[in-house]
Amino acid sequence: MKFTLNGAEHSIEADGDMPLLWALRDVVGLTGTKFGCGVALCGACTVHVDGAPVRSCQTTVADVEGKSVTTIEGVAGSGEVGQAVVAAWRKLDVVQCGYCQSGQIMSAVGLLSENRKPTDDDIDAAMDGNVCRCATYQRIRAAIHDAAANLA
Amino acid sequence: MHLIKPDHYRKMLAGQLAGQSAGSGEPVAPSRRGFLQGVAAIGGALVIGLHLETGKAFAAAAKDGPMPNAFVRIAPDSTVTVLIKHLDMGQGVTTGLATIVAEELDADWSQMRAAFAPADALLYNNLAFGPVQGTGGSTSVANSWEQLRKAGAAARHMLVAAAAEKWGVPASSITIDKGRLASGSHSGSFGEFAEAAAKLPVPTEVTLKDPKDFRLIGTRLPRLDSADKTDGKAIYALDIRRPGMLTAVLRRPDRFGATLKSFDATAAKKVPGVVEVVAVPNGIAVLATNTWAAIQGREALADIVWDEANAEMRSTPELMTAYKQLATTPGTSAAKRGDAAKGLSGAAKVIEAEFEFPYLAHAPMEPLNCVIEKTGDGVTIWTGSQFQTIEQAVTAGIMGIKLEQVKIETLWAGGSFGRRANPPADYVAEAATILKAIDGRAPVHLVWTREDDIKGGYYRPMFYHKVRAGVTADGKIAGWEQQIVGQSFIVGTPFEAFIVKNGVDGTSVEGASDTNYDIGNFAVDLHTVPSKVPTLWWRSVGHTHTAQAVEVMIDELAHAAGRDPVEFRMELLKDKPRHAAVLKLLAEKANWGPKAGQGKGRGLALHESFDTVVGSVIDVSVVDGQIKVDKVICAVDCGIAINPDVIAAQIEGGVGFGLGAALHDEITLDKGLVEQSNFDGFIPLRMSEMPKVEVHILPSANAPTGIGEPGVPGVAPALSNAIFDATGQRLRSLPFKLEDFKA
Ligand code: FES
Ligand code: FES
Repeated sequence: MKFTLNGAEHSIEADGDMPLLWALRDVVGLTGTKFGCGVALCGACTVHVDGAPVRSCQTTVADVEGKSVTTIEGVAGSGEVGQAVVAAWRKLDVVQCGYCQSGQIMSAVGLLSENRKPTDDDIDAAMDGNVCRCATYQRIRAAIHDAAANLA
Repeated sequence: MHLIKPDHYRKMLAGQLAGQSAGSGEPVAPSRRGFLQGVAAIGGALVIGLHLETGKAFAAAAKDGPMPNAFVRIAPDSTVTVLIKHLDMGQGVTTGLATIVAEELDADWSQMRAAFAPADALLYNNLAFGPVQGTGGSTSVANSWEQLRKAGAAARHMLVAAAAEKWGVPASSITIDKGRLASGSHSGSFGEFAEAAAKLPVPTEVTLKDPKDFRLIGTRLPRLDSADKTDGKAIYALDIRRPGMLTAVLRRPDRFGATLKSFDATAAKKVPGVVEVVAVPNGIAVLATNTWAAIQGREALADIVWDEANAEMRSTPELMTAYKQLATTPGTSAAKRGDAAKGLSGAAKVIEAEFEFPYLAHAPMEPLNCVIEKTGDGVTIWTGSQFQTIEQAVTAGIMGIKLEQVKIETLWAGGSFGRRANPPADYVAEAATILKAIDGRAPVHLVWTREDDIKGGYYRPMFYHKVRAGVTADGKIAGWEQQIVGQSFIVGTPFEAFIVKNGVDGTSVEGASDTNYDIGNFAVDLHTVPSKVPTLWWRSVGHTHTAQAVEVMIDELAHAAGRDPVEFRMELLKDKPRHAAVLKLLAEKANWGPKAGQGKGRGLALHESFDTVVGSVIDVSVVDGQIKVDKVICAVDCGIAINPDVIAAQIEGGVGFGLGAALHDEITLDKGLVEQSNFDGFIPLRMSEMPKVEVHILPSANAPTGIGEPGVPGVAPALSNAIFDATGQRLRSLPFKLEDFKA
């Protein structure tokens, strides 16, 4: 099974039905993408496939054959949006336990790639699928606005 | 009230190690042998003082660089690593504890690093817990404050002494500024003197800085964990990969208290990747080469028969009905002053109110998991460890080894909210039983799925409060009678003998029986009820329910007396200047006063927990018959604020956590079966529901107090009081049923 992972060609041996989440974590060994619910309810597992955010727990290895996958490990290097988002997260010290933040960042990069000037409602719509049990939402919102300002 | 007094922990650990049953959820009781060895290992370690230079762990840690003492490591490149004895589950203690050391060391913040200390109760015990290494009760900064100031000051003293010797100048001539030593024309870095300093004797006495000279404490230093938690580098237990490791998922009983009778693993074993299926005390473990295979293997288990003779078969409404019935009878007295009944008989107005609270799951974002591996002479555990010493003791008991043969690598934890700190060390014990069942052949990574977590128990117990209180004609509280009914997570464990006083579990009544309000005719009774459902502390423990009952009732009494809720409370706090100061600041910052306007409401709560006082004002609006939480304003007195930004983050997060409980969170049982299984049934607060949170910190010269939990208790009552202000409707029970709300 071949796909591009964070810009490099990758080939893995895995059952095509295996969720991408487990293939990334257990087969490739990239553990930045997190398991939170396994059923598309929390967003912790969010990665980009051909630039769009998807829940890797609901995407199979077969689904990404020949496609380009970006994870938290590669997102800052994937372009100016990724860089701006990660920088804003650090500047505002968004993280608490940090466990949801890979997914939050991937969703935020997805939002800002489509919409460079999101309103609070746009942020609610794009980010409501990403749970943070530490409730860092206020800072996530501020960081998205901060990244947007820096990208303008 | 303190959740658990230091002395309790000392005795508790002895009980724990002695092999008493630690509650319904414990799979295997530690052995008597474990107790004797445990005591040998922890004996005489009650006071550390400045004798920081002993111990195996210290020696091992020192291999990575010179260490002037057990908490400070200075590398040749001048980076200073602070050994963190606590778990950082998001509350930011790595940053806070490193700041305390950096301050006394006069280091530059950019040279500071943090690393989790090894499990070693001799060196790294929580001074609030006695000889136990562990994190909880919002004690991390409070118990470390003096210890780390001394450790930083001692390291500074030794660096200065080493420089004085090399330069041939008096130590008193040496200054340190932002990590550079200087005297006259001499100047040098920490790294240059680290080696020599580590060889010097540790000073027996050190002078600590005058707080007015603090340069780092009280400033918004950036968190030490932001970088690694934003690029996928931070390692949690779920990310540990060991050679030959097998991932295990466990099929647990559907009902609490049930045990395994029989099962058929034929199909499970055929799932590609599944390596072994073994029965263990808590159920059936499926081990596989990857997580996906293990989960599929578990699904393929067939013909499972449980023995439910001793299982909890009741539904939660049935339990609540029984609780209400109990509340009509006298309970065990938790507090009594004056004559509440007589006071109430003379009251101008009497209010009777009932408050119901559901079971709550903690649902930390990182599903529970841990890795355990057999080593030459023991085992190593990798986990977000919150009770290291207890996990060592429990594991040693299961494996039949000594406590000190259990090594724990503490890692970043993806949340806890109390779940990881539990007397039977439940998930660590499960992993150990699985490792034992396969004779230690491979490292085992036990992974809970979210369904396992939501259905797995160790909930905040269900509670019921009934309050009868009244006001006199001149607007004073005439009397207060409160009945509290709920399950205890202390009774039936080794903790019982030390925490339950005169039949009252302090964790069930804290925040009510010890209210700071001056109420003359006052009585609180407790009824403790048994159940097979394992329960546990949940971020802010007893205050999760007592604050709601007390602060809503105070609001009701203020209204009954026709008095302003701030002024009414001020009068009741006339002997509590600290609480009154928080309330005053809160009222100022919230611009408390005129009613907010049509369709708007604001509510107030003031509550002390973990020695910290938090006041909260919540603004709501009614939009299309729905309540919208607009803004939360908090005032906090947590002593000296080490890092105001981390404190603000804890309050912001506490508000979100508390709101989730106020609006959604609930675990219910139907004939003993948990009705929720994932984030669709157990609903977390999401982005669109998060209000703006504003945090104001009172300046203080007192030692720091807790901050991880105190943001939570005031949220539900302030919201309840705001909804009343906006609509005239009293919502007392949690979660609030807002769908019933009519504008
Ligand atoms: S793990 Fe994929 S959405 Fe939760
Ligand atoms: S930072 Fe802990 S879950 Fe989001």
